[in-house]
Amino acid sequence: MGFWKLGFFGILFGAFLFSIDAVELRRNQPTERISGSAGDVLEDDPVGRLKVFVYELPSKYNKKILQKDPRCLAHMFAAEIFMHRFLLSSAVRTLNPEEADWFYTPVYTTCDLTPNGLPLPFKSPRMMRSAIQLISSNWPYWNRTEGADHFFVVPHDFGACFHYQEEKAIERGILPLLQRATLVQTFGQRNHVCLKDGSITIPPYAPPQKMHTHLIPDKTPRSIFVYFRGLFYDVGNDPEGGYYARGARAAVWENFKNNPLFDISTEHPTTYYEDMQRAVFCLCPLGWAPWSPRLVEAVVFGCIPVIIADDIVLPFADAIPWEEIGVFVDEQDVPKLDTILTSIPPEVILRKQRLLANPSMKQAMLFPQPAQAGDAFHQVLNGLARKLPHERSVFLKPGEKSLNWTAGPVGDLKPW
Amino acid sequence: MKLSTLQQSYINRRTNSFRGSTQLDSSTDGAVKSPATIFWLVLHGVCCLISLVLGFRFSRLVFFFLFSTSSNNIYTVPFNSDAGITIPVETQLNHINSLNRTAVVASRVVVGRHGIRIRPWPHPDPVEVMKAHGIIERVQKEQKALFGVKNPKTVIAVTPTYVRTFQALHLTGVMHSLMLVPYDLIWIVVEAGGVTNETASLIAKSGLRTIHVGFHQRMPNSWDARHKVESLMRLHALRIVRKERLDGVVMFADDSNMHNMELFDEIQNVKWIGAVSVGILLHSVDAAEISSLVQKEGEEDTMPMPVQGPACNGTDKLVGWHTFNSLRYSGKSAVYIDDRAPVLPRKLEWSGFVLNSRLLWKDVDDKPEWIKDLDALDGDGEEIENPLSLLKSTTVVEPLGSCGRHVLLWWLRVEARTDSKFPARWIIDPPLDITVPSKHTQWPDAPPELPSNDEKEKVFAGTEEQSNKHTTKTKTSRSRRSRSKRKHDTKVIGVQVSTHSEQTEI
Repeated sequence: MGFWKLGFFGILFGAFLFSIDAVELRRNQPTERISGSAGDVLEDDPVGRLKVFVYELPSKYNKKILQKDPRCLAHMFAAEIFMHRFLLSSAVRTLNPEEADWFYTPVYTTCDLTPNGLPLPFKSPRMMRSAIQLISSNWPYWNRTEGADHFFVVPHDFGACFHYQEEKAIERGILPLLQRATLVQTFGQRNHVCLKDGSITIPPYAPPQKMHTHLIPDKTPRSIFVYFRGLFYDVGNDPEGGYYARGARAAVWENFKNNPLFDISTEHPTTYYEDMQRAVFCLCPLGWAPWSPRLVEAVVFGCIPVIIADDIVLPFADAIPWEEIGVFVDEQDVPKLDTILTSIPPEVILRKQRLLANPSMKQAMLFPQPAQAGDAFHQVLNGLARKLPHERSVFLKPGEKSLNWTAGPVGDLKPW
Repeated sequence: MKLSTLQQSYINRRTNSFRGSTQLDSSTDGAVKSPATIFWLVLHGVCCLISLVLGFRFSRLVFFFLFSTSSNNIYTVPFNSDAGITIPVETQLNHINSLNRTAVVASRVVVGRHGIRIRPWPHPDPVEVMKAHGIIERVQKEQKALFGVKNPKTVIAVTPTYVRTFQALHLTGVMHSLMLVPYDLIWIVVEAGGVTNETASLIAKSGLRTIHVGFHQRMPNSWDARHKVESLMRLHALRIVRKERLDGVVMFADDSNMHNMELFDEIQNVKWIGAVSVGILLHSVDAAEISSLVQKEGEEDTMPMPVQGPACNGTDKLVGWHTFNSLRYSGKSAVYIDDRAPVLPRKLEWSGFVLNSRLLWKDVDDKPEWIKDLDALDGDGEEIENPLSLLKSTTVVEPLGSCGRHVLLWWLRVEARTDSKFPARWIIDPPLDITVPSKHTQWPDAPPELPSNDEKEKVFAGTEEQSNKHTTKTKTSRSRRSRSKRKHDTKVIGVQVSTHSEQTEI
């Protein structure tokens, strides 16, 4: 009886979401489906394929932090908050932990903001430890698997390494307590300490309503060849360049500042979104970390992303064929960027634009409120569902322990 | 500069000042003073002193020599003495640490300072620029095919014209606009006073499909009569459309109007008859006059430029017309073509209307019944001011350009004096031999050899002398002609544009 109710509710929910979707992103452009198993995966419905149990943590871990600083809802790390809200009212949520496949811990580690709005990660490891101690002592499910069927959202710069500076982050490594859990993070770089095997990479949060209010008519001709707005030299921390973005952004500036095909500058124009819709290529170079919200903006506005970040792992890489949608340029090839871009045949460019115009592509990059079918929340759930069923080794035999609760820097062990 | 870097370092959280302020982070560093830390402290101090002395961060040189990468050109930013002092030297120690330790197993990405790669001659390669423009064009073509007008109709442009000084100016403007139209185009040019080679040679440069016909009347001298004759000429063109059964959208491109290219995209949407907003540019030699006229009205008309066209209500339905209010200018408007007063348009101009050419055809079944037949108008009493007279009811007109909110063309009438002359086809043939600087005014105390009293006589004499002075060729059998040419140059040139052709007499 409960199953039928759930199924009916799920169908209703899906129909409701689909109708919203039809109104939201209507496009007349014939789009190309990303063919093959990868493309259709975007439209999978996770409802019914997994069950998630949400731990009830005291509000000091989530609500109180948000009350102290509501700016957390608008910055690019807001995914952790919206994920919590989505799961609370989602169809995959179960109130019975015995039947749950995955366990979610709602702790907002990226909400301690400076006056400027940038998050300070210094207390985050302690906060995370404290949360894990709480759930391991109040519920038996953590100790059952030592976290292997738990997932955490850590959208900060270098994920669960909890530092904004790369060297420090590498030094710290991933928090030892999380070494068996699944991490949902924005950071992704191959062969990097802070990217664990089996992590799910998500896009950074970009405000969907704001982007949709800046849409311009489709027939506006795309007349800018390459577009970029942002810093080339981080004057406050690295004025001579070479350290910020591994010198790639500075190289873009020095080589192409006089090139009329490249519309690049450090200004903050009010027509930023409109300009992206008038450009053929949008540069998405790395900054202090390899990922950036520019990728989301480029996909939503139909501008082909030019990704300049060695070894980067892009969001939902197992579901979205990024090689066919964007252009990848090695950091050492930046001086030849104009040669590379002009030598792409026009048919390839038109195909990439058709793939980008696919509404399911755009939807997969966004975190809309309320959630809609095919959006980033659902892609995360799809990713989690694809990891099911759990292997036998996930469940620990009695007496087997692998987590070291005292590992890590001394400062992390202080209670929060 | 220094202040700004300080500000930046305050603002940006990723500064060492922030790091220093949090005790938690410093706890990661060892509290025990080992020989290694003492060594680093000493090195730190020495580096600071050297930097102070030299005036720049010399550590960059060290890194340049130690860790230069294999690429061809490493570019080091010019040394900044300010930056060297304000930024703590701690960072360079970190660089040493990090560069000694490569990031992770088998990763080609290394943390630390990298060189900025610049290729030797970074100017854009012209072949690549052309390829990029080709790509942009292809993308825009695709966009047009996807989002633009499906099944575009032929545009039939009707232009009444006649030969006069400014004809080349106006007609070339319209011609270039029409050449840019991305749809098929038929250009019907009706010329008052019959077909002339002058107009024909102008039109031939367009490469468009043109129908050039003559009209039996000459263009009169007063604006009123001129508007009437233009209307007759346009009707003549419409009769040609009917006779030839041309299919498409008829628009009226007067030769002195200016068109927005979006107009041609917008008129593709017309079903039977449409109206667009026309901006009226009132030209007057005395600009203060116009502005005083506008200011006098005050609140009534806040628009600086009058616009004619359809008027819509809130639900985008046609409810009326914005017409030109000529009462304000009563008494101050131009009557004759060369008057120095503003030229006024009619209440509604022809150029603001577009018609489906099938409205004009004979014997077509699906023609709506509100259109009067062109043959029925064949009479001397026809006084057609605008195409609305062809309709039995004006409510069927479709407002275009987002219900008249977009002004898609501008109406202007500027003409030279009727007696002004210009070289045929604007070609000066044969070319002038001698160019002599012209003198507008006589010097009061002119020396005797320069022309003073009797202009013409002295010019004759003067030119002879000048021909001696100038070494360009003179005394040939063509001296008489050259003399007359020179005279034209030295004659006083009036304010109005008027040039003299070679054939004029003295």
